Amino acid sequence: MTKKSINEKVAFLIFRVLGIVVIGILFWILGFIIYNGIGVISWEFLTTEPTEGMTAGGIFPAIMGTLTLVLGSMVVAFPLGVMSAIYTQEYAGKGWTVRFIRVMTSNLASIPSIVFGLFGMALFVNKLGFGDSIIAGSLTLSLLVLPVVIRTTEEALKAIPNSYRTGSYALGATKLQTIRKVILPMAMPNIFTGLILSIGRVSGETAPILFTVAAYFLPKLPSSIFDQVMALPYHLYVLATSGANMEQTRPIAYGTALVLIAIVLMMNLLASLIRRKMNKKLKMQ
Amino acid sequence: MIETKNINFYYGNFHALKDISMKMEKNTVTALIGPSGCGKSTFLRLFNRMNDLIDDTRLTGACLINNENIYQKNVRVDALRKRVGMVFQKPNPFPKSIFENVAYGLRVNDMGDKNYIKETVEQSLINAALWDEVKDKLNKSAFELSGGQQQRLCIARALAVNPEVLLMDEPASALDPISTSKIEELIHDLKKDYTIVIVTHNMQQAARVSDRTAFFMLGELVEYNDTKKIFLNPDIEQTQNYITGRFG
Repeated sequence: MTKKSINEKVAFLIFRVLGIVVIGILFWILGFIIYNGIGVISWEFLTTEPTEGMTAGGIFPAIMGTLTLVLGSMVVAFPLGVMSAIYTQEYAGKGWTVRFIRVMTSNLASIPSIVFGLFGMALFVNKLGFGDSIIAGSLTLSLLVLPVVIRTTEEALKAIPNSYRTGSYALGATKLQTIRKVILPMAMPNIFTGLILSIGRVSGETAPILFTVAAYFLPKLPSSIFDQVMALPYHLYVLATSGANMEQTRPIAYGTALVLIAIVLMMNLLASLIRRKMNKKLKMQ
Repeated sequence: MIETKNINFYYGNFHALKDISMKMEKNTVTALIGPSGCGKSTFLRLFNRMNDLIDDTRLTGACLINNENIYQKNVRVDALRKRVGMVFQKPNPFPKSIFENVAYGLRVNDMGDKNYIKETVEQSLINAALWDEVKDKLNKSAFELSGGQQQRLCIARALAVNPEVLLMDEPASALDPISTSKIEELIHDLKKDYTIVIVTHNMQQAARVSDRTAFFMLGELVEYNDTKKIFLNPDIEQTQNYITGRFG
């Protein structure tokens, strides 16, 4: 064998091993959670409230709380993020304002989530007087994922060849019509990727909801957006660190982790399916 | 019909069109020829103000369509582009159905009800010599058509909004010879209803389809005359050299 082909072999062996290690870690974590958590999963666990100081019963309020927060934050972040991205990408041109907005968006993305939590508490909970509530938590979470939505939408819009824009203008369409009828539908599948990423992020975050919405123990469903809710990540944290009887709550903690992961994976799957369907409709692939 | 008066056009500091004045008659085909970078495409894009979309450009002079200066302040660009259709070098149908591609211009310009749209789509496809090939699959994606069919779809799309002028920017350069000859036949048929301006790199094509030919070089209009005259007996030596292939 020549030196060249040995190099080739060695390099690819290293890449392959590293790839397997990464996937191995993922499966190890998943396997560990499933192994430890599957025992407590039952219909009761998913549909009833925690009882006896959270050492028994289910996690239904936390599941509903997390789903509510995902929905609430997406309702705010998705339109806001998409519209901002349309502005910076399609309308704002190339001046320094746009560059400034881009840099600031990146900065926003790198702020630690606990800082968002504190900001959310200061603004939404105290200043605006929402109190610890779904609306305060959702708004805080939406700020957290806004950069993700903006960035992926910008990339999605950038990926659309200019010939579609000029083709539309040439028929007498205005810029807004072009964006609404041609560009956005084409970009939607990729914009959806941003949504998927955001949903994963929002369902797993603990710090931003800590001071803005999450309840330590609240065995009932909220009746308005000004109520507190339990949420899976925070519930997990509580069970793992400050339960009344740690040994007894451990299986419940693993079960909670499993449900959290399952919810995120299912939402990703659903979003991917919708994305696939859109792509098919556009016949892009 | 179309008239330019002392048009000068700049990309930044680059002087792309130099003092161009010419007239194009109604229901004629005018071919713009010349080497790459001579300004012929820039000149074509003046008439539907496509150059407006490019940053840092500047224009002086007047461009009249039906005696109206289209660069006047009160001209609405989208309304102008409805009157002056355009077909691009690369077919660029939208990722929509064949029907919706043709209906697009009607919808964005709020032209007519459902029935009118249906009839106009059919008529436009007939006029673009595509109807027989697509009448059974109007709801299929436009991307399923061949390149030549896509280009005729783009022509149908442009015809649907009933323009007065049709601009074509090398409409056949991405197509095979059979598709090309179909497009050329089509141009011939469309002449009776539209005023057509076509940019082409293909000398034979210019000779085949056009009534008048304008030869551009380095941003200047070198010679503009009847196509027969330009190809058989041009007045200027540069034109002669170009069409006989001695340079460019």
